[in-house]
Amino acid sequence: MLRMIGARLLTTVPSVIGVIIVTFLLTRVLPGDTAAYFAGPAATPQAIAEIRNKLGLDRPLPQQFVSYVTALVKGDLGQSLTTGQSVISDISARLPASAELTLVGLLLAMAVALPLGVLAAVKQGSWVDHLCRIVATAGVSLPVFFTGLLLVYVFYFILGWSPAPLGRLDVFASEPPRITGLLLIDTLVARDFETFRSAFAQLILPALTLAIFSLAPITRMTRASMLAVLGADFVRTARASGLSNTKVIGTYAFRNAMLPVVTTLGMVFSFLLGANVLVEKVFAWPGIGSYAVEALIASDYAPIQGFVLIMAIMYVALNLLIDVLYGVIDPRVRLEG
Amino acid sequence: MITRRSVVAAGLSAPLVIQGTARAQAPSRSETLLLVQEYGPNSLDMQGIGASQPVNGVALNCYDRLLRFKPVPIPGGGGNTIAMGELEGELAESWQLASDGMSCTFKLRDATFHSGRKVTAKDVKWSLDRAVSIGGFATTQMNAGSLEKPEQFVVVDDKTFRVDFIRKDKMTLPNLAVTIPFIFDSELAIKNGGDDPWAKEYLKNNIAGSGAYKVESWKPGVETIYVRNDAWTCGKLPQLRRIIARDIASPSTRRALMERGDADVSYGLPPKDFKDLLDAGKVNVVGVPIPNGVWGCYLNTQVGPFKDVRLRQAVAWVMPYEKILQASLFGRGVDMSGGTTPKVAWPQPFPYKTDTAKAKALVDAAGGPFSTTLYFDAGNATVAEPMAVLMKEALATIGITVEINKVPGANFRTEIAKKTNPMVLNRFAGWLDYPDYYLFWTMHGNNSIFNIAAYQNPALDKLVDAARFAPDKASYDANVIDFIKLVNNEVPMVPINQPTHDVAMQKSIGGYQFQPCREPDFRYLTKG
Repeated sequence: MLRMIGARLLTTVPSVIGVIIVTFLLTRVLPGDTAAYFAGPAATPQAIAEIRNKLGLDRPLPQQFVSYVTALVKGDLGQSLTTGQSVISDISARLPASAELTLVGLLLAMAVALPLGVLAAVKQGSWVDHLCRIVATAGVSLPVFFTGLLLVYVFYFILGWSPAPLGRLDVFASEPPRITGLLLIDTLVARDFETFRSAFAQLILPALTLAIFSLAPITRMTRASMLAVLGADFVRTARASGLSNTKVIGTYAFRNAMLPVVTTLGMVFSFLLGANVLVEKVFAWPGIGSYAVEALIASDYAPIQGFVLIMAIMYVALNLLIDVLYGVIDPRVRLEG
Repeated sequence: MITRRSVVAAGLSAPLVIQGTARAQAPSRSETLLLVQEYGPNSLDMQGIGASQPVNGVALNCYDRLLRFKPVPIPGGGGNTIAMGELEGELAESWQLASDGMSCTFKLRDATFHSGRKVTAKDVKWSLDRAVSIGGFATTQMNAGSLEKPEQFVVVDDKTFRVDFIRKDKMTLPNLAVTIPFIFDSELAIKNGGDDPWAKEYLKNNIAGSGAYKVESWKPGVETIYVRNDAWTCGKLPQLRRIIARDIASPSTRRALMERGDADVSYGLPPKDFKDLLDAGKVNVVGVPIPNGVWGCYLNTQVGPFKDVRLRQAVAWVMPYEKILQASLFGRGVDMSGGTTPKVAWPQPFPYKTDTAKAKALVDAAGGPFSTTLYFDAGNATVAEPMAVLMKEALATIGITVEINKVPGANFRTEIAKKTNPMVLNRFAGWLDYPDYYLFWTMHGNNSIFNIAAYQNPALDKLVDAARFAPDKASYDANVIDFIKLVNNEVPMVPINQPTHDVAMQKSIGGYQFQPCREPDFRYLTKG
């Protein structure tokens, strides 16, 4: 197992190097002038030139690249101009916020999508199947900012059930000591149940928005792969052997149908992590997606490079995790590595 | 009966009903203000390079200046604004202009920094030296008031400070009241500055001032929390003990927070939301026409079709002023058409109004139909996009085909610096409310980046310079009237309207104070 993980990790090294080079070049090719943007409202050409010099943007590209890589090796991702902080501290402050939101959203989606997908496959053509189709279509066709705003409008503005969409915590709640950065866990560790409830209440609507969006791929994938498995020989054999329906579906069919579903889950997770910018905007969620977009608007290179790099690493780690999971789900995969 | 289902349901709904109790145990809500804004400060040092717009608010509330603008009532009510010439002491207890008018001596108040040290003239000198030497926007702004060299700032004794003038400039004293020349605790800054004589890194992340508020916590991109400095002596002690400024990017969310009464103050909503809030009447909306601010259409006078003054006038004649005011600003602004006699003021209506026949005649005389491109900053799209579309429609009726080009924020500066774009929509507002100051930036031959029309006219330069350093009011007025007449005729920029700076506040909030930097001044606000 360890050898497999090691071998897998080695193959990712070239892709990470590729990501570093490509993001560096891409950010430099972007139109827009960082120095002019940050020189402020009444900048003279001299002032802009001064800033360009200070940021090192007047040096030739290879030289900029070497200093970027040298800093990177020391673990320094550079300084963000939009927040005025180092990119590392920004990302480590914001990544947990995105991760928590995405995880909870994904768990919610799984809780609905997996049973729904299985049921739809088992009772093909029944009302459950149609419901599954409707839910999936509605989920993907509603843009997230629309679902988000709609939920805010109904549950906060009209009904007043949900707390004000002010970010991760109510303004008067104080943040627990930071351990994981995931508020739900940190508050529990600190035994601060008041803040836990506040954090949980803030999380429900944005997580629901994400869940609605990610329902579709998970349900459809579960249904399709269940259908394929249910038609397989071993299921017929199991049924013929007189095993109960629950046993056939729950133990044999579902487990075998999980492989493509896990892959989809991994894809959806990594996609949501960086791409839920609109949900972050609507709910004032201090996540990593909106951070990257704001940096992009300002042509602020360091955070964009840092964001892409971190996402690439996360993606690699996630894929590795999925591969390991494959082995757990299906012993046949384990040997091949 | 307790079933698993009911327990799960109770668990899920608990967080939804709990918020009432969570709030009750917090510090008194009546002394805390919740401000929601689009984005927060990226630094705590307004003099530093790259400081964003909200950093002005930090400078305003956490630091003191020698002078400040005196509050004067907003004509329509709702709070106070400022008047350029009217100043009062902030750190200065009194000030005296020399008899030759070439220097000004300030007596300092007995004030203490947050660190507990007394404010001395040495701190004032260090801070002003820093502003003129640090480069970037701070230095540019200082220069605008003829504050250019450290030698101008003289420590007379611990409590007395003198500014020597390079030339007589009516903007020198007002420029000491803007959010750049604020006073640092120089000992604290130098001690923590390391090798950097201006302690840029330290001051970016720390407050070293004497102002009415301290920063309790600052999470860039999330929130800034201010607490009152109870030892503040440079004005009436503010009523609000604590300010929470949360960054809420989505304007729809900010509006919902205001309407539900969860947030106390919101800045920067789209004009339509302000109008709706005003019409609904549940919250107060205070609007101040932005002093020295105007939306204008800049027509390139050096390259392209608008070199011909007749075509520039044609654009001014065909501009749908009233429609733009209603459809893009929802009435939250002042129309700039149909002026009669030139006044000593800026902005002011130009003598054009929508008259398609006149515009058509001018286009025909100048050689008939052509195509061109109109640029604007995508960051301003909420207002600028409808404006551009209406202009495109109107210009089509006189044979000018317009293609609209929306430029992303980071590119816009680069784009206008080229000075080759035929038509650009832009809003410019100077901090110092003088007509000559505005024209110095936007039409003077020094060709600053905001002279988007690339207008070059020695006659105008002469009048603007003469007004800038005019020895008395009569000659100032005469020069201003003359250059207004000149640009009325030459129209390198067609003024469209003067936008209103709007703020939405709950009815319980009072004491609104407008500042030229357009950031909230917590020191005057009241609640209850």
